[in-house]
Amino acid sequence: MFGKLSWSAIPINEPIDMIASGLMILAVLGVLAWVTVKGHWPYLWKEWLTSVDHKRIGVMYVVLALVMLLRGFTDAVMMRIQQSISVGPDSGYLPPEHYNQIFSAHGTIMIFFMAMPFIIGLMNFAVPLQLGIRDVAFPTLNSVSLWLTASGILLTNLSLVIGEFARTGWLAYPPLSELKYSPGVGVDYYLWALQISGVGTLLSGINLATTILKMRAPGMGYMRMPVFCWTSLASNLLIIAAFPVLTATFAMLLLDRYLGMHFFTADGDGNPMMYINLIWVWGHPEVYILILPCFGVFSEVVSTFSGKPLFGYRSMVAATMAICILSFIVWLHHFFTMGAGANVNGFFGVMTMIIAVPTGVKVYNWLFTLYGGRVRFQVPILWSVGFMVTFVIGGMTGVLLAVPPADFVLHNSLFLIAHFHNVIIGGVVFGVLAGYTYWFPKAFGFTLDEGWGKVSFWCWFVGFYLAFMPLYYLGMLGMTRRLQHYDDPSWQPWLIVAAVGVALILAGILALIIQLIVSIRTRDRRRDVTGDPWNGRTLEWSTPSPPPAWNFAILPHVEREDAYWQVKRRTREERVAAAKALVYEAIHMPVNSPTGFITAFFAVVTGFALIWHIWWMVALGLAGALATTLIFAWRDESEFEIPAEAVAQADRTHQDAQWTGAAP
Amino acid sequence: MDGGRAMTAASLHDDAPRAAHGMRTGTSTAGPAPKRIIIAYGFWLFLLSDIVMFSALFATYAVVAKATAGGPTGAELFDPTNVAVETALLLFSSFSCGMMSLAMEARHRTAFHSAAAVTFLLGLGFLVLEMREFAGMIAQGATPQRSAFLSGFFTLVGCHGAHVAVGLLWLVVMVAQVADKGWRTTVLHRLMCFSLFWHALDIIWVALFTIVYLMGGR
Repeated sequence: MFGKLSWSAIPINEPIDMIASGLMILAVLGVLAWVTVKGHWPYLWKEWLTSVDHKRIGVMYVVLALVMLLRGFTDAVMMRIQQSISVGPDSGYLPPEHYNQIFSAHGTIMIFFMAMPFIIGLMNFAVPLQLGIRDVAFPTLNSVSLWLTASGILLTNLSLVIGEFARTGWLAYPPLSELKYSPGVGVDYYLWALQISGVGTLLSGINLATTILKMRAPGMGYMRMPVFCWTSLASNLLIIAAFPVLTATFAMLLLDRYLGMHFFTADGDGNPMMYINLIWVWGHPEVYILILPCFGVFSEVVSTFSGKPLFGYRSMVAATMAICILSFIVWLHHFFTMGAGANVNGFFGVMTMIIAVPTGVKVYNWLFTLYGGRVRFQVPILWSVGFMVTFVIGGMTGVLLAVPPADFVLHNSLFLIAHFHNVIIGGVVFGVLAGYTYWFPKAFGFTLDEGWGKVSFWCWFVGFYLAFMPLYYLGMLGMTRRLQHYDDPSWQPWLIVAAVGVALILAGILALIIQLIVSIRTRDRRRDVTGDPWNGRTLEWSTPSPPPAWNFAILPHVEREDAYWQVKRRTREERVAAAKALVYEAIHMPVNSPTGFITAFFAVVTGFALIWHIWWMVALGLAGALATTLIFAWRDESEFEIPAEAVAQADRTHQDAQWTGAAP
Repeated sequence: MDGGRAMTAASLHDDAPRAAHGMRTGTSTAGPAPKRIIIAYGFWLFLLSDIVMFSALFATYAVVAKATAGGPTGAELFDPTNVAVETALLLFSSFSCGMMSLAMEARHRTAFHSAAAVTFLLGLGFLVLEMREFAGMIAQGATPQRSAFLSGFFTLVGCHGAHVAVGLLWLVVMVAQVADKGWRTTVLHRLMCFSLFWHALDIIWVALFTIVYLMGGR
């Protein structure tokens, strides 16, 4: 009746598991109870859960990402504590099988459920506003994408309470991840959670790529798009080209595990290295999927806070697209030790070094944008400058790892761990936090507190160096990754330094939380009335904060790059004349739809049933998802009308605020 | 800076035709594309992603094609006649799918329904033959569990078959939609996407026929 599921799936004898899942359940119940008591359900359901507005979907993605940052970071703290004590006779406080689950969950959560939703959230929020349009190409599909991502997250967290998570690392290499060596449900949780959220990511990629390629405002040719839109385009094209490979790879591993096939098994002529090749054909573009939109954020921030157009716009675009293509021909550098031979390794080593060139072009462009600018050292620019310093170091260690002979020595060591945290924290995390601070006022109508933002930046920045520089050194001493215990006492001091670094990053995260609370409580003092708190250059700053559902009362007409900057250079007389000439028309917007939420509900049911081999429930879940799709297909109303008067009134109010709020 | 263009002042909030500005018109500056173009474009991107997924399965198949673990090889298992008939059914179903699109353009219900019925039957015939081939192989002990080669074969060919099955389900839904909702715009858009999907399955089959059956049958 319930497949492999029984009461023994609940880890009642493991205190750490039980406390963690207890706290998680309490937190979830607390939030649900608060919403119920306050009577927020109708608002939440109508305005958020069923919303197809790209801005709200973007915000919900970022909320998911922030929550999962806490979850993934908890894993990081546990690992750092374990490694700082488990030397010699002391075996630490985490048993090996639990430690293995923690490092697997940490990587999986941080990449798939923190970084990806954060990036997709920022793109969802900002891209249509920057393009001067009212929504993405497929609004309801956008909601489906969001909720499928949430389904994957829910399944992963469910594994904490019911059953176990994978112990196979964040990419689940076979043959370890095959049924023979991982008979539990951990790998199945991993695979189904990522399959479901992967579909969401793919649909989101198609949606945003179509939006950018086919829906720009009149006059916005490709070479007038903000750089963030260019980098988003590159990132979404990579999603379309890379995520299907991940889906196929995981599908084959699932077939091995569920139907006894022999793709990646050690017997039956299977080929485990095939998995490792395929997973990195997805995996290497994936790191550029994450970093490219962050490069876009930095470009916007650096240009805005220097009060200058971006230096070398065209070279920035060319560098972005070059990275987009080159990212597909470097995957083998993740496993030079496979033994592919000198020529193959040589080719991939050289390609890897070449991909550093366009990245270098970008760094110089940012530097030259800052140079001679009137730089305002507010929080977003701090993250950007911190990124430039940190990322260059990470890039250089990456080029070092691209040399096959050096890689043979450093492969799978803490040097590698330090390298990729250097580029992912220094690049992606700093980037999304810069974007979060930069676009927060646009999303909510008030700015975030500067003081706590600066505290957070410095804690993260210094904490990062303390936490990861020792790992470079330990890697060169020969310490390999994923060690639950080690014998060499000379490593311990460095691991204690790393733990102190993580404590500092914890302080940075706490400062982010305090910043949010303080900013919400003092929001009346920090209202963004003009819609343009940073003296921005791109079209999103021409809308009110928060923008109305339709974004633009009349689609803007773009004549050059930095479209809004050009508008702001006009005289008052020109603006008055322009405002008088406006003719408002009724706007048609897509109606909200519960399709995404309900589809995701059935996706969770199906995923859970597949993990535990409850076949009737699989059929039920699939039937439910199909029925939801059919009900959506049969609906008669897909749009509603906003009357011209309402649009006109909202727009005039905003224009008044723009003129009175902006000093000449 | 603004080049003395008289109309610039109104430009951010101007919906007037571009010609008034004397601006060079080009597709990249023409503003949002019509809904039909956006939908078709998005669906093309989806099809591309689907083809990328198949390419991963093709690559795997190419690697494991000779990894038979002492079991049967492709040359021993494949029946060229069966595959030829399957190919004919699928290609003719694409033809009738094209006729269906023409009937849609002409808003001719009877022609549409008959073309849809023919497409469905041809697709179903293809699936039946494929299932018969699979059943025959399994009966000989050539199961997907026998060797990496057979895992690759059943997965690649089966994935295409699963796509055909989903296509048949979609076709039934579309016929019901035309019957219930008539030729409304959303229905027309979905029919356009369906025909793109159905033709794309042909393209994949051609690759599959060549790589699996022709090259593997020797």
